Amino acid sequence: MNVFVKKHKQLSIFTTAGYPNVESLNDQISVLSTQGVDFIEVGIPFSDPMADGPMIQETSRIALKNGMNLEILFEQLSMRKMNIPIVMMGYVNPVIAFGLELFLKKCQEVKVQTVILPDMSLEIYERFYQSLFEKYKVYPCFLITPKTDDERIQRIAKLCRKSFVYLVSSNSTTGSKNDLSMDKKLFKRIKELCSTTPLFIGFGIKTRRDVENVYEVADGAIIGSAFLNAISKGTEEQFLESLY
Amino acid sequence: MELRTTKHTRPDEMGFYGEYGGAFVPELLRPNIEELEKFYLQVKDTPSFKEEYITLLKDYVGRPTPLYYSEKLSIKHSCSIYLKREDLNHTGAHKINNALGQILLAKKMGKTTVVAETGAGQHGVATATASALMNLKCIVYMGEIDIERQAPNVQRMKFLGAEVIPAKSGSKTLKDATNEAIRYWINHPDAYYLIGSVVGPHPYPMIVTDFQSIISEEMRIQLLEKTGNELPTKVIACVGGGSNAAGAFYHFYEEETVELIAVEAAGKGLKSGASAATSMLGSQGVIHGSMTLLMQNAHGQIIEPYSISAGLDYPGIGPLHAHSIKEGRTKATSVTDEEALFAARELTKTEGIIPALESAHALAALDKIELFKSDIVVVNLSGRGDKDMATYKQYF
Ligand SMILES: Cc1ncc(COP(=O)(O)O)c(C=O)c1O
Repeated sequence: MNVFVKKHKQLSIFTTAGYPNVESLNDQISVLSTQGVDFIEVGIPFSDPMADGPMIQETSRIALKNGMNLEILFEQLSMRKMNIPIVMMGYVNPVIAFGLELFLKKCQEVKVQTVILPDMSLEIYERFYQSLFEKYKVYPCFLITPKTDDERIQRIAKLCRKSFVYLVSSNSTTGSKNDLSMDKKLFKRIKELCSTTPLFIGFGIKTRRDVENVYEVADGAIIGSAFLNAISKGTEEQFLESLY
Repeated sequence: MELRTTKHTRPDEMGFYGEYGGAFVPELLRPNIEELEKFYLQVKDTPSFKEEYITLLKDYVGRPTPLYYSEKLSIKHSCSIYLKREDLNHTGAHKINNALGQILLAKKMGKTTVVAETGAGQHGVATATASALMNLKCIVYMGEIDIERQAPNVQRMKFLGAEVIPAKSGSKTLKDATNEAIRYWINHPDAYYLIGSVVGPHPYPMIVTDFQSIISEEMRIQLLEKTGNELPTKVIACVGGGSNAAGAFYHFYEEETVELIAVEAAGKGLKSGASAATSMLGSQGVIHGSMTLLMQNAHGQIIEPYSISAGLDYPGIGPLHAHSIKEGRTKATSVTDEEALFAARELTKTEGIIPALESAHALAALDKIELFKSDIVVVNLSGRGDKDMATYKQYF
């Protein structure tokens, strides 16, 4: 069974664990889940997030200053009350410093089945990490871009059968100020290449309109920086409402 | 440019030197690094590329750089000490060897914009120079703190037509400039990312090593001329990311009698909490797309490094060095700010050569290692100290 396969189009929200306060995560999970969000991506803060724009850099910096780390994060996740699927997302380094095997074991314990490590390429995963992921039944999710070639999309989609494929809307770091631009024809083709593996689109999605555009071509949308931006202004509830 | 394929110097097909290296990059950058690797492997050994590169090194950079016998240092240390004069290169450091090689790649790949990071500003100046020569647009990210302490190089870059953008995150030094340059590259995949050391994702460590290997290639020829033997007993080089060291060591890796000594910046002291001695204080991890040794806390967050030298305060180290140090082939040692400053003044006073602060670390190592009468030592004088006059003036 794949928890990301649903009849309706889905909305997912990314948040940085430990932002704005070290204890914020479980409240956010409750709010998001009550609001009807389909799954939540929990960002593991890292000091040097090279694929991220200013918003996630800043929330990560604050989260680290607040003392967030993987030990605390797993502790918090183990106490969450909501049943909503959680995807953990972060860079390789904090995970291997924690110990990859311990990380995966903890994921299994706290019922996190899906992990995205954007700087862990497919090749690196297959050569070094796949067997450990499989041992603990944690499923990786990989990014693709509009430039990824067909064969690679199919390979990734197959590997992500139990999770989903994460299509980055355009070549940019997270939180790009540019308007969301999608080549719908291309994206529909990518959706077909993914076969039965769900396809979600993220990076640069900010408004209800963007979300609707994504729904035309994929299984769902992922919002990150725009949500964090709303938190920083204290307007996250209005923001969430504006999405529905 | 005869490149030897050896266990220390060539990575495997995924870019690993032993367990270090590889390409830990988000999918967004995969097409870029694949395109680069493919292109590089295609052209690097073609006669036209080699000739163009070698001609530039000769007529534009002024290579071969001299191998200078330092009588004063030789007398002081009771052995033979040579200085490989990379400081005499056009633009004042070894960085130009790499910048020109990569700019030729960029040009041939049809790129119109080049982006680079810089610490001391030497790589930035070299890239701005090469870009001016090839008529390419040049953007250089530089930490805000480095912009202050290396002001002359900022002026040079700007005069050469480069846009210098301050990196304001983190420690506001080289690590952060590198993050920003990588982010620029993600947002502008058509730009050529011209990395300045043997760091970053595969294929960069391999490419930069190849272009810097000219240093030890010349050393062998010059040593043969001067001593009757191609081989020294010791080669000493400072290590920020490790490009001048990679170049200085390259053609000696397989010569077991040659000791290779990498000198890291201890800053205010190894135990002071203000240091950049990566291989001594670091542990295995991933930084800027490469598995290597890096300075990090228990939670895998990267520690802001410190050194008086803007070219050495990098929290990582090139994967080939991480591997070679771990294997015991390269020995690492470290030198404090104070020791480097002292060595810089000593060379200036006795030989009339003002070294870069980075290179002064390599010189200072002479006082820390055991030397024998029979030793023939080559110190790689990676750059000149013009850029560091403000710092030198503060201390002396
Ligand atoms: C003169 C000089 N030497 C050494 C370095 C350190 O770089 P690397 O370790 O790559 O040689 C720099 C870097 O800016 C430099 O300017």
